[in-house]
Amino acid sequence: MPIKYPSARAGLEGVNGDSTAPVAEKPGVDPEAAEVAGLDALELQPRKDKGALGKRIWKSTWPKVLAIAIVLLIWQITVWSEWKPIYVLPSPTTVFTDLGNVITTGDFWDGVRVTMTRAFTGFLLAVVIGTIIGALVSQFAPLRAAIGSLITGLQTMPSIMWFPLAILLFQLSESAILFVVVLGAAPSVANGLISGIDYVPRTWLRVGQVLGMRGFAKYRHLILPASLPSFISGLKQGWAFSWRSLMAGELLVIVPGALSIGVRMQQARDLSDSSLVICYIIVVLIIGILIDVLFNAADNALRRRWGLLSN
Amino acid sequence: MSLLQQKTGSVVRLENVSKSYGDLLALDRVSLTVGQGEFVCLLGASGCGKSTLLSLVAGLDGITGGTLDTGGRKVSLMFQEAALFPWLSVRGNVELPLRLQGVSRPERRQRAEELLGIVRLGGFADKRPHELSGGMRQRVALARALAQNADILLMDEPFGALDAMTRDILHDELERIWREQQLTVLFVTHNVREAVRLGDRVILLSSRPGRVIEDYPITHERPRRIDSPEVAGQAAEITDRLRAEVARHAH
Repeated sequence: MPIKYPSARAGLEGVNGDSTAPVAEKPGVDPEAAEVAGLDALELQPRKDKGALGKRIWKSTWPKVLAIAIVLLIWQITVWSEWKPIYVLPSPTTVFTDLGNVITTGDFWDGVRVTMTRAFTGFLLAVVIGTIIGALVSQFAPLRAAIGSLITGLQTMPSIMWFPLAILLFQLSESAILFVVVLGAAPSVANGLISGIDYVPRTWLRVGQVLGMRGFAKYRHLILPASLPSFISGLKQGWAFSWRSLMAGELLVIVPGALSIGVRMQQARDLSDSSLVICYIIVVLIIGILIDVLFNAADNALRRRWGLLSN
Repeated sequence: MSLLQQKTGSVVRLENVSKSYGDLLALDRVSLTVGQGEFVCLLGASGCGKSTLLSLVAGLDGITGGTLDTGGRKVSLMFQEAALFPWLSVRGNVELPLRLQGVSRPERRQRAEELLGIVRLGGFADKRPHELSGGMRQRVALARALAQNADILLMDEPFGALDAMTRDILHDELERIWREQQLTVLFVTHNVREAVRLGDRVILLSSRPGRVIEDYPITHERPRRIDSPEVAGQAAEITDRLRAEVARHAH
């Protein structure tokens, strides 16, 4: 076969140097195939070197370390200024010594276990309920007209408002806490799914049509995967709401025998043990951050797969 | 009517097909036949309803009047955007039509491998769509369309968003695949040279409403080059006709 675009190929060889030229000059290789392969090679971006792992970790860590250091410093300065007596606002050293002692006790981990069990049960229940409601609302127009705005309304409602009713309905029980946790988280989950389904790009829907997707297959192969990013944001927000509701619940609804983190914190307050109260605040904060890191990891992994991240 | 059509059977037949959206008449009594194995380009300025025509043939939209007959043949459609699904690998995208047809996993894998070979992307099966260039994505979309095993391939400005160099090479590729796979193609474009470079026939549509105003047979020998004097000459002739049509809308 004659070379069709001698000038074009010469250009490619010139630009790409060693990598494509030998391929093109091999006897028996189809020059058209070489053109296509050469163009592909040129258009693919070379992989960027992200640098050593240690360096990358340090780059993302030092701002956090600095921020914590500044907070501790301000706290220590406030203590030194004797704005409040030392037994009301203890110094960081006291608090972290106490924290170190508390987390080495089995009692503390029992409390964490009680709280986390509640959090996960409540969250999972909210995910199931929210997903079902979201799917139904996005499917049936009258249902959307009926409760679409109600879902958003529920989402903005402070969950602590539900506790008086929950206590009347379920007394001081696990169910009362679960009730409020689910009410706090389910609307966010439902909304995430609804907006995910609503904003599936039109071109993808047309492709689905061309490929003959209908009914269940359309959901399985197009709608659900396409709405995943939005659904994950919904889950993340739902988790945040359920975690807040749970903490409020643990302070208000004290179930006999269940010594959760909230109950332990309340006890510390009753004993005017400021240091211990601050310990539990730190514990709740750290748990919140850890779970958030998990959600972000899932979110980033998805974005990387989809090519929505630039790195 | 071209000679080619007389000797082969027609796979798409439109007779006086009209399409209106409310008061707006998009297509007005369009008659058109595409023969088995023919490469037909639809050419027109904005508002000629060429994309509408493809949607009708693809069955995505219903006609308002006339007869549209594809003889129950399977139709596949490619767009200007590759519209690959980002949650699937290149292989997964090509396998998707096969999955929907209920083809078994090993068979699917083998067929996808073949199709990616046809579009010369054999080594890219495990990549994600975003890792490919625009031209490569469009080739994956072509492989996905071929996986549908359709009798008629409709293409709606598939190379419109690509740079000239890539487009040139993809013209060669499409011509080769069309020949090797014995496809029937109905190709929409607003690029006159592209139409002459690729088509056995170029159908010129008027704008608002869309009507067939010319049917040019293109008889230059293949493989053609977009910058050959024959292609350029015929393109100039068609461009003049198209400009005259556009000028008609000045008032």
